[in-house]
Amino acid sequence: MSAHDTLRTMDYAVLQQCMHCGMCLPTCPTYDATRQERNSPRGRISLMRAIADGRLDATKAFAQEMYFCLGCLACETACPAGVDYAHLFEVARAESERSGVLAGPRRSLLRRVLLRGLFTRPRLLRAVGRLLRFYQASGLQSLFRGLRLNALLPARFRWLEGQTPTARREFSDDLIQPREAPAGGIKYRVGLLTGCVQDIVLSDVNRDTVDALLANGCEVVTPPVQSCCGSLHAHNGDLDTAAALARRQLDAFDPFALDAIITNAAGCGSHLKTYDRLLANDPVYAPRAAEWTRKLRDINEWLVEIGWRRPLATGRETPVKATYHEACHLCHGQKISRQPREILRGIPGLELVEMAEATWCCGSAGVYNITQPEMASRLQQRKMGHVFATGAALAVTANPGCHLQLAHGAKLAGRPLEVAHPVSLLARAYRAEPGAGQRQ
Amino acid sequence: MTPDFLASLATQFPSLACLREPEDLIPYSFDGTATLQQLPGAVVFPTAAAEIAGLLKLAGRSKIPVVTRGAGTGLSGGSVPLPGCLVLCLTKMNRILEVDERNLALAAESGASTADVALAAERAHLFYPPDPGSMKISTIGGNVAENSGGLRGLKYGVTRDYVMGLEVVLASGEILWTGGKCVKDVAGYSLRDLFIGSEGTLGIITKVLLKLIPKPAARRTLLATFDRMEDAAEAVSAIIAAKIIPCTLEFLDNVTIHCVEDYAHVGLPRDAAAVLLMETDGHPAAVADEAAAMADLARHHGAREVQTAASDEDAARLASARRTAFAALARVAPTTILEDATVPRSELAKMIGFIQQTGARHRLKIGTFGHMGDGNLHPTFLTNERNHEEMHRVETAMKEIFDFAVGLGGTITGEHGVGLAKKDFLRAALGELNLGVMRQVKAAFDPGNVLNPGKIF
Repeated sequence: MSAHDTLRTMDYAVLQQCMHCGMCLPTCPTYDATRQERNSPRGRISLMRAIADGRLDATKAFAQEMYFCLGCLACETACPAGVDYAHLFEVARAESERSGVLAGPRRSLLRRVLLRGLFTRPRLLRAVGRLLRFYQASGLQSLFRGLRLNALLPARFRWLEGQTPTARREFSDDLIQPREAPAGGIKYRVGLLTGCVQDIVLSDVNRDTVDALLANGCEVVTPPVQSCCGSLHAHNGDLDTAAALARRQLDAFDPFALDAIITNAAGCGSHLKTYDRLLANDPVYAPRAAEWTRKLRDINEWLVEIGWRRPLATGRETPVKATYHEACHLCHGQKISRQPREILRGIPGLELVEMAEATWCCGSAGVYNITQPEMASRLQQRKMGHVFATGAALAVTANPGCHLQLAHGAKLAGRPLEVAHPVSLLARAYRAEPGAGQRQ
Repeated sequence: MTPDFLASLATQFPSLACLREPEDLIPYSFDGTATLQQLPGAVVFPTAAAEIAGLLKLAGRSKIPVVTRGAGTGLSGGSVPLPGCLVLCLTKMNRILEVDERNLALAAESGASTADVALAAERAHLFYPPDPGSMKISTIGGNVAENSGGLRGLKYGVTRDYVMGLEVVLASGEILWTGGKCVKDVAGYSLRDLFIGSEGTLGIITKVLLKLIPKPAARRTLLATFDRMEDAAEAVSAIIAAKIIPCTLEFLDNVTIHCVEDYAHVGLPRDAAAVLLMETDGHPAAVADEAAAMADLARHHGAREVQTAASDEDAARLASARRTAFAALARVAPTTILEDATVPRSELAKMIGFIQQTGARHRLKIGTFGHMGDGNLHPTFLTNERNHEEMHRVETAMKEIFDFAVGLGGTITGEHGVGLAKKDFLRAALGELNLGVMRQVKAAFDPGNVLNPGKIF
């Protein structure tokens, strides 16, 4: 694939891979909700193929359908034929954008400001983060809500305002040195991606990731002020910007000098692992991108791969019952299910209880909860029902979008629920070990 | 589809969900069959037999062909639309209506999924045996209309063997009930049996009454590995000849083993020429005896290894991996054309040998798997529909395989139906007299030729 593939020019065999057997139907959250073929993976692929064949144009209805798809990739896990739905989905959304059928003044402006403006400029994104922090810390948010000014917002934004995450006091750079070495010998040298949303609202997860890596003999290289990885752009039809952002990452990290490049955000990881494909036709960056993809690891995957050390302490005052929600882009996008559970089972004082439908999308799905609030909210309720049914006080997940969605879901339900990344629980346990604690 | 018809549809059925836009219709233009597609005029989602009755009256008056569809997993094009037709999609009529433990029967609307039927039976500690490969998705009405088989056909038979009664909407718009909860019933012709396997050409099945049986107390699953395909076929014939009827005797060749393993990672031996997945169920003592005897026979006929599944979970994983064989074969080539040739069990080794030779002679890649215990093979052509020259060779090879199967006393389709995909081969398989009688039956039930016209013959 390259950034310029369209449904008509892409390798037709990718479309033919779907032999419409229907095995994907029971695993698709949108088909489950509507029971209409158009809202199913094989239905969507049939529309893509109709465009490739010249039987259909990229119409508004087509584009809307591509944005109704969560991109959760549950269909990829279910598909015996090995259809590369992630690839098709990206090309189809890019096609939807290129055709301009969805363009309206408001949508175009929003896309320009967010995708091309904000999320390509890390310093600007941080300024927004600071603004958000000020809004929240200064009491303006409470005032805004207290005066019920949110009632004046359009419904979609009202819902959104309610789930604005709390910005952290510190960004990752404030918490992490550009190079940190483990106390014992250096067994591996790894790079750490700090993410953009993660960096603003969950920067402590990045610190926890570094601590867990250090405790396992990894030297951690963290370039400051990192860019967005481009997953947001690739998943929203802007493959050109995605490719530009990928090149920027490849400039910031030297994959040849590292044993692994670590991400702790499933949505990013699933995209980061496709840099080889994204830049396959780039004469300068292709070899570096291939090396990057070969070395890219989710933190859970990496720790298990290097034989992580079981912590000696629990890091909690009392034992806790935890349940694990599988981020779609971890379990479906990267096929990582076993590793986070292995880590959770290895933390003393933590009892893992499986929830029903752990691999069913929670409705966060990137910016889906903004673009499709109704479906997102249905999925959130369904997920929270399963979480609460386990009786767990702690919900664990390895993706910032899911993290915020679960936390917000608990708040809406008015029930206490701690939400954490597996690596945070692990880091906390390491920190509680006797002899640790020099850092805090 | 005329404006008049559409206007009547809207006025007579104001609450009926109806799709008309191309983006909505394209996803209903195919089923699970390769290379067949046709855009319908409209797709509607009726919710009651009475509604379907009204729709058929209207369609009959307007001479609009009606194609009934469940989940669209059929493999002979039976539910592929006709140009401008009305598609009745029955997936919204999906309730399980009754589990009658005193009569060992279950009633369901025809759009209920096969998996839901099996689950409802299991909850009552009963068993609905037919398990077509697509059972997670397929509808029970579709199973009845196609008389679907599955992995357990050898011991437990096919869908027909479990249908006790049917509610059918006739082309005239009348609602017929045929059959019932009596185990014995010889009052008149068995109309019920005419509708089973009628592929939507005689009436529209809206409700099914199914026979359930007690759940077997024990089961054991074995996996036998062979270095020669013919040895696997001989082992199957030997097991049947030894008067053992296991519930499953599934066969996968090397190409299929690789594809299934790529998807399911269940530990199939990639270097084997063929494996047999053998399952016996019933009384624990009988299961132990049969498993031991089958393992011996397999070894005696050249199996290099016979493994027993360690747990029920392992056994279930193997069976569900086998279920994905057809779709997994799509990994190899852009187009997967699945055939359904079936022969008497004594002729299996000959048939398998012929399929191999035919593939080689026409320079085609064929993956073969199937229900060897009941003689039902699925030679699958791995090809590309855009390569016209190769597709021509596929058609020639397919015809040769059908002719050979018929010559051995076999049939062109064991469980997928005729639909569109096999209609050109039906005359050669059955002869003119059979076809003539079938046409008379069709004319008696559907004089206006409204129901799925052009399918079967």
